[in-house]
Amino acid sequence: MIEPNPQGEVWVFGEQEDGHLSEVPLELMSRARKLADGLGVNVGSLLLGHRVEPLAEQLIGYGADRVYLVDDPLLAVYQTNSYAKVICRMIRKYRPQILLYGATILGRDLAPRCASACRCGLTADCTDLEIGDHHDSVAKADYRNLLLQIRPAFGGNIIATIVNTRRWPQMATVREGVMPLEPPDRNRRGTIIREPADLVPTDLPLEILERHRRPKQVNLKAARVIVAGGAGVGSKDNFRLIQDLANALGAAVAGSRAAVDAGFIGRDHQVGQTGTTVRPALYIACGISGAVQHRAGMDQSAKIIAINTDPEAPIFQIAHYGLVGDLNVVIPKMIKAIKARS
Amino acid sequence: MGYRCVVLVKQVPDTKRITGKAMNDDGTVNRAALPAIFNPEDLNALELALQVRERYGGHVTVITMGPPAACEVLRDALYRGADRTILVTDRRGAGSDTLATSHILSCAVRHQGEFDLVICGRQAIDGDTAQVGPQCAEKLGIPQITYVEAGVELKDRTIRARRNLGHGWEVVRTRLPVLLTVTAEANTPRPPAAKRMMKYHRARSPVEVQREVEQDMPQAEEDAKRTEVEKRCEELRRRGLLLEQWDLDDIGADLAWCGLKGSPTKVHRIQTIVLTGRGYERVEPTDEGIAGMIHALIEDHTIG
Repeated sequence: MIEPNPQGEVWVFGEQEDGHLSEVPLELMSRARKLADGLGVNVGSLLLGHRVEPLAEQLIGYGADRVYLVDDPLLAVYQTNSYAKVICRMIRKYRPQILLYGATILGRDLAPRCASACRCGLTADCTDLEIGDHHDSVAKADYRNLLLQIRPAFGGNIIATIVNTRRWPQMATVREGVMPLEPPDRNRRGTIIREPADLVPTDLPLEILERHRRPKQVNLKAARVIVAGGAGVGSKDNFRLIQDLANALGAAVAGSRAAVDAGFIGRDHQVGQTGTTVRPALYIACGISGAVQHRAGMDQSAKIIAINTDPEAPIFQIAHYGLVGDLNVVIPKMIKAIKARS
Repeated sequence: MGYRCVVLVKQVPDTKRITGKAMNDDGTVNRAALPAIFNPEDLNALELALQVRERYGGHVTVITMGPPAACEVLRDALYRGADRTILVTDRRGAGSDTLATSHILSCAVRHQGEFDLVICGRQAIDGDTAQVGPQCAEKLGIPQITYVEAGVELKDRTIRARRNLGHGWEVVRTRLPVLLTVTAEANTPRPPAAKRMMKYHRARSPVEVQREVEQDMPQAEEDAKRTEVEKRCEELRRRGLLLEQWDLDDIGADLAWCGLKGSPTKVHRIQTIVLTGRGYERVEPTDEGIAGMIHALIEDHTIG
């Protein structure tokens, strides 16, 4: 176990693949900057890989004061044990107080392994992070300047704030798109600290036999208008209505988790806490009840139209325009009205 | 050749089916009203173990950590084809976060004997963390293959599997023992088998037998009740219907790493979502109403 270090840095795991940084560590860097400024400490970024030194400048531009670079051929391709071993060694040496990872598939494979090895706490899929105080009524102790790890729980019906009082570093994962991406400052200066990997073959138990990229079918984060369908659409065939409305508006198509799980639309189109977080100018929610986990993924949309037969559906709580009605009737009327105006 | 699979399963509240009925008048969730189910991806985990046994021979043990009600998922596992089931139950485990849970489960896995594969669902629908599987793997000192979606092949002491990378997939190979986490895409869980249901619906764990004896003979002396419990358990054991039950001492768990005090993460605050209206512009689902809305959206340049 690692002694809590209140002077420790705020670290972000700089997830990269094939020499490109993922977007999520850059989003996390902006938030890490704010947390660190509040604590009066530095921001560090962990950069593991092979021939990845050019990425260090990028991380500095997004807010890192120090980049801990571990560059080694054995780290060229990610696998759990090698990356976890290096990270845990770095944690023991430099004792950060906070470590943030993107809640990508890689992050969700790596973070729990690190947390277990370091015997520290980890909270998954945080939707917000703040610094605050905590009073433990059982131990009758007060803790100051803890990382408040905020996330929906219990099917999205509660918002839980989680703290880790003394099994540090305080680790958390955050999904892509949850923290806004701030523009980088190309004039920012920072330090690169180079560390050896110190790995042996038994640290790489997996042989990667094949690896394939599936091109992403849709870029929801870039869409200005999104038409989303939920369980209320009823079937994969009927999702055609969502596509038709999207075509009429030049919009992207999305689905709630219920629609994706039911096979109406692919996972690439999923919006919500466990999908993509979006902030379009207009979000049209069709047959979506609006559970907190879905709302977490779209409630920052500039305008929201909700279409649902149930007037009590929670989606109406965040809608700007609400239509209580059957999407099978409403969507064709909307398409007609749009075409009449163009 | 035969492989010994240990499947870790969890009973969870059905968080996907939270309807108005599960909400109290003040807008908070009524947990008691939620049905408890077999965590969906754990069914996929069990199915993978059963397929491994069908293909290569071996044995399937199912372990769950939870209160006595969790015996339901163990019986369900038996109906679907599990060979051995174990309940790890202990009040001192209450309030465990994922780290404490993985400590307890990894002790149980070691305690049940040798193993080749530990198989878990990717995540549970109540916590949605996907942390327990990898944390168990770390504690057992074995490699992990997460997000397994297809192509599990075993040959002697090696395993190949295809895993989802999000933006793609990869095929990996490693030596046993290994821990796998399995997604819903991996397979279609077989339903319970009628013959096995007939045999195993009477299966009970000792704690369930205790409760039944309490109900049947509430006025009897403690000694008499205890004797009756032992008698019934022995009868169940003889017929292969006694669900094994262990507490934290049985599995050699370190109590400092169990329960609330063994959990690094604690709840600071819970805010129940009490839905209050913010006020939206109600649009009639008529041609006129909709045309008006479209007009307004074009006027303020929301849509072209």
